[in-house]
Amino acid sequence: MAAQAVDGTVAGGGPARDQAALHRRPGGQGPVRRFIGRHWYAWALTAPVVIVTLVLVGYPLVRGVYLSLTDATEANVGRTIGMNVIPSTYEFVGLKNYTAALADPEFLATLGWTVLWTAVCVTLHYGLGLGLAILLNRPLRFRSFYRVLLVLPWAVPAFVSAFIWRYIFSAKYGVLNAMLNAAGLPAVAWLDDPAVAKISVIVVNVWLGVPFMMLAVLGGLQAIPGELYEAASMDGATPWQRFRYITLPGLRPVASTVVLLGTIWTFNQFAVIFLVTGGGPGTSTQILVTNAYRLAFTGIRDYAGSATWGLLILLILSAMTVIYRRALRRTGEAW
Amino acid sequence: MTIAAGPAGVGRAKQKGPKGRSTAASIALHGTLAVASLIAVFPVVWLLLTSIKPRNAWDSATVTLFDHPNLGNYAFVLSQTKFLRWLVNTLIVAGATTVIGVLLAASTGYAVSRFRFPGFRSVMWMLLITQMFPVAILIVPLYNLMAGLGLINTFPGLMIAYLTTAVPFCAWMLKGYFDTIPVQIDEAGQVDGLTPFGTFWRLVLPLAKPGLAVAAFYSFITAWAEVAYATTFMTGDESYTLAVGMQSFVSEYRAEWGYMTASAVLIAIPAAVVFLLVQRHLVTGLTAGATKS
Repeated sequence: MAAQAVDGTVAGGGPARDQAALHRRPGGQGPVRRFIGRHWYAWALTAPVVIVTLVLVGYPLVRGVYLSLTDATEANVGRTIGMNVIPSTYEFVGLKNYTAALADPEFLATLGWTVLWTAVCVTLHYGLGLGLAILLNRPLRFRSFYRVLLVLPWAVPAFVSAFIWRYIFSAKYGVLNAMLNAAGLPAVAWLDDPAVAKISVIVVNVWLGVPFMMLAVLGGLQAIPGELYEAASMDGATPWQRFRYITLPGLRPVASTVVLLGTIWTFNQFAVIFLVTGGGPGTSTQILVTNAYRLAFTGIRDYAGSATWGLLILLILSAMTVIYRRALRRTGEAW
Repeated sequence: MTIAAGPAGVGRAKQKGPKGRSTAASIALHGTLAVASLIAVFPVVWLLLTSIKPRNAWDSATVTLFDHPNLGNYAFVLSQTKFLRWLVNTLIVAGATTVIGVLLAASTGYAVSRFRFPGFRSVMWMLLITQMFPVAILIVPLYNLMAGLGLINTFPGLMIAYLTTAVPFCAWMLKGYFDTIPVQIDEAGQVDGLTPFGTFWRLVLPLAKPGLAVAAFYSFITAWAEVAYATTFMTGDESYTLAVGMQSFVSEYRAEWGYMTASAVLIAIPAAVVFLLVQRHLVTGLTAGATKS
């Protein structure tokens, strides 16, 4: 239908075309006016989002950067109690918060755990998602049935799943320990032992994240032309060679996007940690995001410390994304 | 073996080679998928089973599959708690976020899909980086901003906080969708004498309806399941969203797993049904930008 419209009007559509051109170039003379004329429309279209983002993200960001350079806590920020207005007494301290955070064993330990958590979760997400997608991509009885069951963890809202898992892991009433009991094994402190709790939260997050990866990879697999496999089989390629030299490269475009998104989401995965363990026992399962939140909203609220942690998280993720996109661009991605 | 299920699988089967598979391979294949499915489904089934047990059934050392099945927990949650109120609150906040977010994002998604203009890369980076903003960095300044404007514990306050994630995300996704609409359509519109905005509004947007729906759905479920902002901004139990309200069922002092599971089922069932209907499009929507660019 679109093609028809083009054919129908191009022939006798001289004036209309000129008019369209006019819209694109209201000025027409002078390099500056021509420049503006060529781009005003794109700018106008992006303006709403740019403005909203600057106000809602830019302002808090600037404010956050400022707070991270002060010693603001709940005790010294300005507030109004009844009639009394108490002015702020916090001071500018320069980069002290950053040097303090980077020398702070708690920050370094949390950073280490966050990196480990992200790496393990994303690897398992992608690995298991890839494996299941390959299985599901075969001719198979009950294929759609398996697919629906396997997607289910993604369909349940994440906070609901977090609650379910907390119940399953519950030491006294949880079904996992009940099963262990029934099998004559000792109970495990799923959420009360620092090391085990780490494994538990990873299990929850992997359970949550695999379906998305599986569907994404499945979509990618179906976009790989079957002829490639046929040709490879003719040439006597082993199944492993076909996987290594056709499947994996064919999945690259999809994999690059979902792995980047998955890494960001997992790095910032607030709900799972906050709702399943609350960061505990102690602070053993706190990742950077939940701990920054804890600094800001529990005990004496440490606004400056929280903002510092937040900015460091942002720097880490931005650096990672830049490196990642650069690697992708080298392999031929557009921007 | 014959291929009964999955019409999409038939075509692939022929391309992928011999259909015949040894019995051992079949057993391994189905065995793996069955175990994976069991793991995927088990927590949800357990949730269902717990919700139809008596209120205190969880509070015993013996764990059974069924224990006097009844709907008492549901009745209690619906009549004696603020569950319905929280549900309405959540729907209002998530709905408003979605509508405003998609409307704002559509024009930007279109612009970055169609035009290469000075500032293009900055806009792309802005959209990508704002998605990775940790909640920790924005939450304190936003909290102070909201407090200054008197928006703490109000729906607009929470909605504005959600827009910080919904807008860049929707714009990013819609760019991917607009990329799949041929540029010839725009050209045809211009040739027919539509203004540039008319082309966007009357030709491209209607064609992008599936993409708009997916972006809308995505921002809806993001807002609907958000925990950190909601926990911080909503201070009175009249204005809780579901994610906050349900935390009160399993507080540190008293865990009402019966009520918690019943409300979880009430939330999860409609969400899961809608989700399973649209999930195919969700992944394509997210990765469309990647495969095209």
